[in-house]
Amino acid sequence: MASIEQQGTASGRPGGSPGISFGDRLSMRTKRLLWVWGFLFLPILFYAVIRFYPTAQAFWLSFTNWDLLRPAKFIGIANYTKLFKDPQFWKVFRNTFTYLIIGTPISLVLSFTIAFFLDRVRFMHGFIRALYFLPYLTTAAAMAWVWRWFYQPPPIGIINDVFGMLGIPQQPFIRSVDQALYSIMVTAIWAGLGFQIIIFMAGLRAIPTTFYEAARIDGLGEWAILRKITLPLLKPTTVFLVVFSSIGFLRIFDQVYNMTTNDPGGPLGSTKPLVLMIYQTAFNSYAMGYAAAQTVVLFSILLVVSLLQLFILREKK
Amino acid sequence: MRKATLFAGLVAGFSTFAFNAAQAVEIEYWQYVFDTRVKAMDQLIAEFQKANPDITVKQVTFPYADYQTRVIAANMSGNGPDVMQLFYGWLDKFAAGGILQPLPTDAFPHDKIESEFFPIVTAMKRGDDYYGLPTAVRSLALFYNKKLFTEAGLDPNNPPKTLDEYVAAAEKIAKHDAAGNLTVAGSTLDMGGQDHQWWREVLIRQFGGVPYTDNDQKVAYDSEAGIMALKFYTSLQLEKKIGQAGFMDEGQAAFRGGKAGMTIDGTFRLGSFRTIKDFEWGVTELPANAEGVRSNYASYFANGIGAKTTGEELEASKKFLAYISSPAAMDIWLKTVGELPARRSAALTEANLKDPIYGPFLKGLEYAHTTLFLDEAAQRQNAIDMANRVLLEGQSVEDSIKQAAEAEQEIIDSAKP
Repeated sequence: MASIEQQGTASGRPGGSPGISFGDRLSMRTKRLLWVWGFLFLPILFYAVIRFYPTAQAFWLSFTNWDLLRPAKFIGIANYTKLFKDPQFWKVFRNTFTYLIIGTPISLVLSFTIAFFLDRVRFMHGFIRALYFLPYLTTAAAMAWVWRWFYQPPPIGIINDVFGMLGIPQQPFIRSVDQALYSIMVTAIWAGLGFQIIIFMAGLRAIPTTFYEAARIDGLGEWAILRKITLPLLKPTTVFLVVFSSIGFLRIFDQVYNMTTNDPGGPLGSTKPLVLMIYQTAFNSYAMGYAAAQTVVLFSILLVVSLLQLFILREKK
Repeated sequence: MRKATLFAGLVAGFSTFAFNAAQAVEIEYWQYVFDTRVKAMDQLIAEFQKANPDITVKQVTFPYADYQTRVIAANMSGNGPDVMQLFYGWLDKFAAGGILQPLPTDAFPHDKIESEFFPIVTAMKRGDDYYGLPTAVRSLALFYNKKLFTEAGLDPNNPPKTLDEYVAAAEKIAKHDAAGNLTVAGSTLDMGGQDHQWWREVLIRQFGGVPYTDNDQKVAYDSEAGIMALKFYTSLQLEKKIGQAGFMDEGQAAFRGGKAGMTIDGTFRLGSFRTIKDFEWGVTELPANAEGVRSNYASYFANGIGAKTTGEELEASKKFLAYISSPAAMDIWLKTVGELPARRSAALTEANLKDPIYGPFLKGLEYAHTTLFLDEAAQRQNAIDMANRVLLEGQSVEDSIKQAAEAEQEIIDSAKP
């Protein structure tokens, strides 16, 4: 690396300019640091401008009444008091946490079970794994529209057609205040399953087989092996997936938006997550300040939930 | 040497550019992407440039979902359009935000606007100024499926004229399977479509009330008329079972699929319905009430001049706006897009009135109302929720109306510029 660097300097500044003697005076360690930071500079600049600056700006905006048109005016915590008094917000808050609290465990248990058994299947292993992974590759919007039609009432909804043939009463699904959220959650779990299975399987493969052999020689049953060896050793994988999947459910948007475009957020807002409310406040009502306040709340929720999970699932020594 | 040639070339290039710029003035026209509208505008621009060789008009388009944000963002950065299209419901925001300038009265005198255009043009007036003029307007009518009419033993050439006839026809057309599921709707029920306009500007008035007062800034439907109008609407599903919200996903989809006898929709749906091959359909005026009272909801996209346009661009923009709101332009627009001319003289021609499709829409324009929305999306959502509370949660019509009126008043108050 050092030789390349010197070549670069030499050809870049021909004729013995003071730069070379300056470069020569630096220690190896400083040079290497400069080199590293030189490369890191661009992505850091990019993140600072594209990510961190707007994030900081959002905090400021949440204390203003900015509506895109007129200059933002500081209005203190008025946006937050309005938000906490808004029944719509609490409904959306409840929806978001329903997605999280019910969606995450179900999707993890399902994907672990599938990964655990798929790991032992040798027959058409690759094909079955591909089938599970396929939904993850599909565009969420396209998938949502297909499901939207599956869920239709008769005469066009496939699921209700099957119910009709089996003599099961027709279900309103996404037209119902009670069923809509769960109908959408099912599709979200299904879509994310492939990814989680792959990660779990990678985790399972990483456990040395010698552990299992030793356990079997010692006469441990399957259940005990699962509890004492597999699950504890899978912990890093599980922690990653819990955090990853929770953030996914807290940010759910595509499925909800596309499955209920003609009444965004489902009948009476029964499926509306926080992200959709933010989107509507910002880009339908153009209340940017109010939307920024909602964003700050979402940010705090994501932060607290992630930290809490990392704390609970931390390595206990 | 090579550098010198390149430089000379650049200089020459810039000077011809500057020379051309001094000769001709270029203005920018913005609208959203909709195939036929863009084509019609291309045609209008070509005609206009033929008549005004010293003016070039550049058409810039954006997807509808992005359009408002683009206009607002461009205005902030100071390079917005000279002439732009806007929905009448955005005017408060656009005028208050300094995006539009009042139409100069020398080119667009008020008395002329008011005598030549349909009265709904006043929705573009704030204070003493007009901020835009429409090329075309849209109104609602009742579409009906002639095949389903014939099958139900109804006369396909005699569509319902009153609300009672409408309900009776729908009851005859509606079909249910053994389990009670709707298989063919008598009429579509879709608050997210045009039904909220029908309820707000038509049904409430037909039951003797008004939806709003104070220039549509005060909600007035928390009244006997509002309750009766919503009762009528929800009873179509709950008691008469002629339709069901969400049937075939959307009202227009159900009608297109030949699974609905009637649907209320606007002129903008004509293009889509014209491609229907499986059955013949007709259009008739929205049903009157028993006393013969009719109403309609009309809306339009208008064209206005950007606030930052001055000098010769302003002169060119005035000429262009005058042309695209002229009877000749309206004729081209009607033929290409299918939207009704905004001037009486261009609209109410004998040929248009006799036209079996345009006729009913045009008659509707004469008695149409235009809601001055302050936050269209939120006010529409409020109406959808109001109906859903009754249809899905079994809330009483009275309570739902009361809740909706309070919520909408709050939306209006917080959106006031």
